[in-house]
Amino acid sequence: MSLHRTPAAVPRRFLREAVRRLACAAAVLPLAWAAPAQASLSDGVLKIGVLTDMSGPYSDFVGKGAVIAARMAIDDFGGRMFGKDIVLVEADHLSKADVGKNVAQRWFDVEKVDAAFELNNSSVALAVTALGRDRNRITVVTGAASSRITNEDCAPATSLHWVYDTHSLANVVGKAIVRIGGKRWFFLTADYAFGHSLERDTSNVVRAAGGTVVGGVRHPLDVGDFSSFLLQAQASKADIVALANAGTDTVNSIKSATEFGIPKKQRLVTLLLGISAVHALGLPAAQDLYMAEGWYWDTNDETRAFGRRFAALHNGRMPNAIHTGVYSSVSHYLKAVRTAGTDDTAKVMKAMHAAPVNDVFTKNGRIREDGLMQHDVYLFQVKKPAESKAPWDYLKLVETVKGEDAFQPLSQTRCPALLAKGRA
Amino acid sequence: MNKTTMFYGAMLVVALVAPFVGYPLFLMKLLCFALFACAFNLLIGFTGLLSFGHAMFFGSAAYACAHAAKVWGWTPEVAILFGTACSAVIGAIVGTLAVRRQGIYFAMITLALSQMIYFFCVQAPFTYAEDGIQSVPRNKLLGLIDLKSDLHMYFFVLAIFVGGFALIHRIIHSPFGQVLKSIRENEARALSLGYDVDRYKLVAFILSAGLAGMAGATKTLALGLATLTDVTWQMSGEVVLMTLLGGMGTIVGPVVGAGVIVAMQNYLSGFGSWVTIIMGATFVVCVLAFRRGIVGEFEYRILKRRNGGH
Repeated sequence: MSLHRTPAAVPRRFLREAVRRLACAAAVLPLAWAAPAQASLSDGVLKIGVLTDMSGPYSDFVGKGAVIAARMAIDDFGGRMFGKDIVLVEADHLSKADVGKNVAQRWFDVEKVDAAFELNNSSVALAVTALGRDRNRITVVTGAASSRITNEDCAPATSLHWVYDTHSLANVVGKAIVRIGGKRWFFLTADYAFGHSLERDTSNVVRAAGGTVVGGVRHPLDVGDFSSFLLQAQASKADIVALANAGTDTVNSIKSATEFGIPKKQRLVTLLLGISAVHALGLPAAQDLYMAEGWYWDTNDETRAFGRRFAALHNGRMPNAIHTGVYSSVSHYLKAVRTAGTDDTAKVMKAMHAAPVNDVFTKNGRIREDGLMQHDVYLFQVKKPAESKAPWDYLKLVETVKGEDAFQPLSQTRCPALLAKGRA
Repeated sequence: MNKTTMFYGAMLVVALVAPFVGYPLFLMKLLCFALFACAFNLLIGFTGLLSFGHAMFFGSAAYACAHAAKVWGWTPEVAILFGTACSAVIGAIVGTLAVRRQGIYFAMITLALSQMIYFFCVQAPFTYAEDGIQSVPRNKLLGLIDLKSDLHMYFFVLAIFVGGFALIHRIIHSPFGQVLKSIRENEARALSLGYDVDRYKLVAFILSAGLAGMAGATKTLALGLATLTDVTWQMSGEVVLMTLLGGMGTIVGPVVGAGVIVAMQNYLSGFGSWVTIIMGATFVVCVLAFRRGIVGEFEYRILKRRNGGH
């Protein structure tokens, strides 16, 4: 870590850094790089930050749970790195890009934060990913879904995208719906990066599978009143009313749609529905909805154990894929720092790319060149109230989609840095 | 050298040393909001017009400047001037409509028009709705000096602030400023003395809008993004708060007020949405305990002591 320091601190830190680097180099040189004898941390501390929405529209979807998951990952790692306590800081960005960017700037410039995690929603993720690229700090996106994060606005040298992207959501849910007969689509889209990406990616999937898009309407984030948008959806006479939104927006639009009687004549499709949203809606309103998820607590013994442990720390609320994704990404990061023997961005990123992801979140996940963590994705359907046997028993598995089928193939990347490399 | 000059000189020295001690990005933000509050104060403090829509000037200039710098690749000084010009034009249109009314009606007209600008920004394609215009490049000043370094950028921002502040200072102490003050004190009397009150108010409005825009444009380049936060009515409310807290109608008051509010937002951000409540409580305390604002109360106490001594 060497770029863009607070000017006042530069000379002193530069000296300290230089001495440490020399010492480190002298110690490491005779050894293989993977087994460093003299491990070092650039500011004497490993500090990771969880920047997320704790009071805005996604506070239920990510929020405090993300911090709890990160804390669990640190505890499972032992809480210490090279003999020093690992420090966890958290901040609320209120789902506003400017607030998020301000916090991240302060973290990177002043507070010596080595890596920032979570970063939902997409507009915040794009702002902080770009900042990480400038400041040479690692950013790991979990809750934000826009496929721009690893395409147009990619930062493969510093940024990772962990749980899903709009391409995989569109691919898994879109294909399944067209297969069961949804041909004419109408989109209700959250008007920002995430919604736009999700609508575009789903439209592509629908058209490729032989369906048509008959129209769409965009609503502001966290709008509350969906009536005028839903009337347009109703008037469109489409088979499918697709909700390209998330968090409380999805919950509120489903509630209003039910009041308008939309599910009787048209099929409501959610493109992103976390288990927390199902919990908020209740099974009577959410039943039969399809959803793509990277992880579900009731899959095997390992996931159930993790789920119960998390729930005990989070008022009995089960983790969703994002929470577990935060756990997984923080664990993977910590392991990579240990392997690399340093918190140097390039070396840690190299170690993260080199190791497969094998934990409670996924088996044999791998980080691709564009920063996307490719793993299997599941298509679930929400259970009917009668099928649910226990609290949080909400989903039944429809199919498992292999990582290479769910995510956009690397050959189709729109990431400028990779395209430039390919051309060279 | 009198006391005022010495005070300003000392402040300038502090401002020049500050980035070597503090965090330049925070200081830049502070200076931009201080200029914004000063521009607002020109209207409320010296002309007696309470605009409740100043975010529209701040925000539209922010978007205009961001677009110019990012899409058209203009140099920072031209981009900022472009932003300033845009907000001055909007100021002329809004002002023409608004100055015909007084008091609460004036405030409501400005609020309504600023909401229109807000919805324009939500819908217009070039503003990118909730994302805002992100990663705005600072480019090279006059095509020569790279502003990528925060330190260079800070001095650029400081120069703009000092320029804007000096302009406001000059306006207030000019014959034109005297007329504005007379309008504030007694509009009917100013009218009966033969002043074209509406024209004076309009010019003050445009000046204030332009300077608010200059603050917004500068902020965009300093922090690298223009978002909907810049045009919401909450931003209009915040600048009222800054001005009242610092001291309405004093020259330095808005700077102090902006400093307090920006520092609170920065250092209390750990409390999340509680910041708004803390700020609200601060405002209540301010209104109850020192109604003239921090600087206003200070000046008043000093004056009273002097007068008492006579």
